[in-house]
Amino acid sequence: MSMMNHTAPAMRPLSGAVQRLACLAVQPILSRVVKRIAARHSSLFARLGPHQTTDYLIDPVELPFALHLRPDPQALLFRAVPRESLPLSGAAIRGPFLLLLELIDSEEDGDAAFFSRDLEISGDTEAVVRLRNALDDVDGSIAEETADLFGPVGRAILARLRRSYSDATKGNMYT
Amino acid sequence: MSLAELICPAGTPAALRTAVDAGADAVYCGFQDATNARNFPGLNFTPDELAEAVVYAHAKDAKVLLALNTYPPAGKVDLWRQAADTGTRLGVDAFIVADMGVADYIARTHPQVRLHLSVQAAASSPEAIRYYCESFGVKRVVLPRILTIPEIRQIRREIPCEIETFIFGNHGLMVEGRCSLTNYLTGQSTNMDGICSPASEVDYARHDDGSMSSRLAGFTIDCFGADEMAGYPTICKGRYTAPHRPEAYYAFEEPVSLNLSRLLPQMIDAGIHAFKIEGRQRSKSYVRNVVSAFRAAVDDIRAGRTANIADLVALTEGQKQTQGAFETKKWR
Amino acid sequence: MAVNDMTKLTLGPIAYHWSADTRRDFYARIADEAPVDEVYLGEVICSKRAPFHEADLPETIDRLERAGKTVILSTLAEVMLKRERKATEDLAAMETPEIEINNAAGLFARGKRPHRIGPFMNAYNEATIRWMAGQGATHICLPGELPADAIAVAAKAARELGLGVEVQVFGRASLAVSARCYHARAHDRTKDNCQFVCEADADGMPLRTTDNSPILRVNGIQTQSESYVALLPETGELIANNISHLRLMPQAVDMVAVATVFRDVLDRARAVDDADAMLRSVCRTTPFSNGFYHGKAGYRRIAMASPA
Repeated sequence: MSMMNHTAPAMRPLSGAVQRLACLAVQPILSRVVKRIAARHSSLFARLGPHQTTDYLIDPVELPFALHLRPDPQALLFRAVPRESLPLSGAAIRGPFLLLLELIDSEEDGDAAFFSRDLEISGDTEAVVRLRNALDDVDGSIAEETADLFGPVGRAILARLRRSYSDATKGNMYT
Repeated sequence: MSLAELICPAGTPAALRTAVDAGADAVYCGFQDATNARNFPGLNFTPDELAEAVVYAHAKDAKVLLALNTYPPAGKVDLWRQAADTGTRLGVDAFIVADMGVADYIARTHPQVRLHLSVQAAASSPEAIRYYCESFGVKRVVLPRILTIPEIRQIRREIPCEIETFIFGNHGLMVEGRCSLTNYLTGQSTNMDGICSPASEVDYARHDDGSMSSRLAGFTIDCFGADEMAGYPTICKGRYTAPHRPEAYYAFEEPVSLNLSRLLPQMIDAGIHAFKIEGRQRSKSYVRNVVSAFRAAVDDIRAGRTANIADLVALTEGQKQTQGAFETKKWR
Repeated sequence: MAVNDMTKLTLGPIAYHWSADTRRDFYARIADEAPVDEVYLGEVICSKRAPFHEADLPETIDRLERAGKTVILSTLAEVMLKRERKATEDLAAMETPEIEINNAAGLFARGKRPHRIGPFMNAYNEATIRWMAGQGATHICLPGELPADAIAVAAKAARELGLGVEVQVFGRASLAVSARCYHARAHDRTKDNCQFVCEADADGMPLRTTDNSPILRVNGIQTQSESYVALLPETGELIANNISHLRLMPQAVDMVAVATVFRDVLDRARAVDDADAMLRSVCRTTPFSNGFYHGKAGYRRIAMASPA
């Protein structure tokens, strides 16, 4: 649960070794999460169309690593990658971790986040639009499904994350 | 006082369920092809998805309106005819059409299904609207976003069908159904392909000073300063220079959204039958927030209470909103 | 082979706010010197401009008809205000000359009496054309963004119904119309208070991107292409595909020379390459485009393979 320590906006830069350790620590979780989502929501692959084999870089700015997603149903890939050695990607999405989480769950509107410049995208814009639309067609909360994987502790952590994010950002997003 | 139906966008089945649950009277949607004007990647419905959506909506007393509101190029009309046949079979409550050939086909082949005239037909006078009513039995017209409320009131007296107007969302500047700007730069047509500023042709470039350029097919549409709100990379919301305007300016319109929540009481009083929320390309979050807010407002007004419209600004493009043409002719 | 006795060259309505004097001189010269068969007159873009040249219309019509040209009056593309509805109704009530309708309000007023369908009417396909023919249309001008394969299908259907079929082969493409006047906006005015600033831009007001690429032209409520559509090498294919009328849109260049170049190609009096070079010199630095015709981005210029 190393993610938990890094939600504060100001974070000390971590050394390359620590980044790589963090990646190793979260990898089993990421693999479980993405397999479960793929199994439960197989229809989202159809909406990805030709971008099932696109390499997406999801970059939560305050975490010590970024996430590399290739949503290929034949060879699903979701892994943490250290900032110092990011892979080549077809599209990149960058923003605060919890904003990204809320976007995945449609708690937040992607276009609005883009208008407000909280969200940055680069690379193949169609790939990003397809991923967004595919995720948006998923009913329920991917974040909660993920938290459920870890039982009551997972759910408590998610609730705390949301509270701190809400306190930190909601004030200025809606004024 | 009119029924003031809320007509809500659905880009995906999940968005449709969200809209229905948030209080939509009707939801509009389209197939995953050129037959509708939001033919965007990853969006819209397969026939199977539409079948389930119709069942879901009808179970909760909401209608489903199928947008067939593009213009088939010669030689491809069958795709639109088949979409109409499929929609009829699945039990949609109305077709939203723009092309006369498509309207004529539905009026002859599926006369039991209501026809709504899309904003893409750009019928902005009583005579134009009556032409479609008398020719194809159109039951409702979606008015272009270019009229003031007194003008809408006047039109209502002179036409035999219901009126639907936009109340929230993207603020289209050009007369709908008459715009080839996207095709001029990208080779993909809004009218024939249902495509506006295709994502595949859009790219964003970040500069060292924190500013960001948006480009369409290699043409720079806008450049946002580090602290500026951004907008959609559409040609009509771009910044350009002119000979006497060496500083780039928004030659057509700034990135703003239409928000008529404050005019809602007047519009209901004017006898507008239905209010349309734009945004099939937006998220469930947008649909949930906007539909709930307008549901509450319409219910308040109809019950004689003062409507308390939640602040919807955060969802608007550039986080700026306008009442556009509806409030004053000065907009023109 | 005299292929082209059948193919007519037409001059579209002036899109810009040229002064009454400019228009008088322009049409006098067209009447005397331009090898066009048919001329469309009337204000299509902005109803505020109409009073400036309406008074001259009868004389212009007479002048052109005496020179052997067929005259057609075009209606407004956008009809919203009382004066626009009235203008449309008045034109639709006329028996002669012919009229070209650009808005459904005009179709309503005209009923089943004969009329032409203008380029703003969105006659994109054979189903729509069949409907329109059944309502009294005698002639269709196809939308400017229609690609060649669709043009061929639409034109075949129209000719089988006995209709004339027209395609714009020269001049800026109309890309959009709006209720808002962008000329007025550029000068911090509104449409009601425009003081006719559009008169200063005889060929439209150029817009450039922030990195200095020319992109669009503003003409009041209309947005046009920066490039001139020029379908000179394509004329043979158009005619083979049943197009009966080729439309030249008036630009601020020597339109008699433009018409002559096209006429020469139709008459096979001049090789296409040679004609293209002449057209190039008449139009100076303005870029040419044919992308829409070839199903590509409209601004592009696609090289046409020489016909065998």
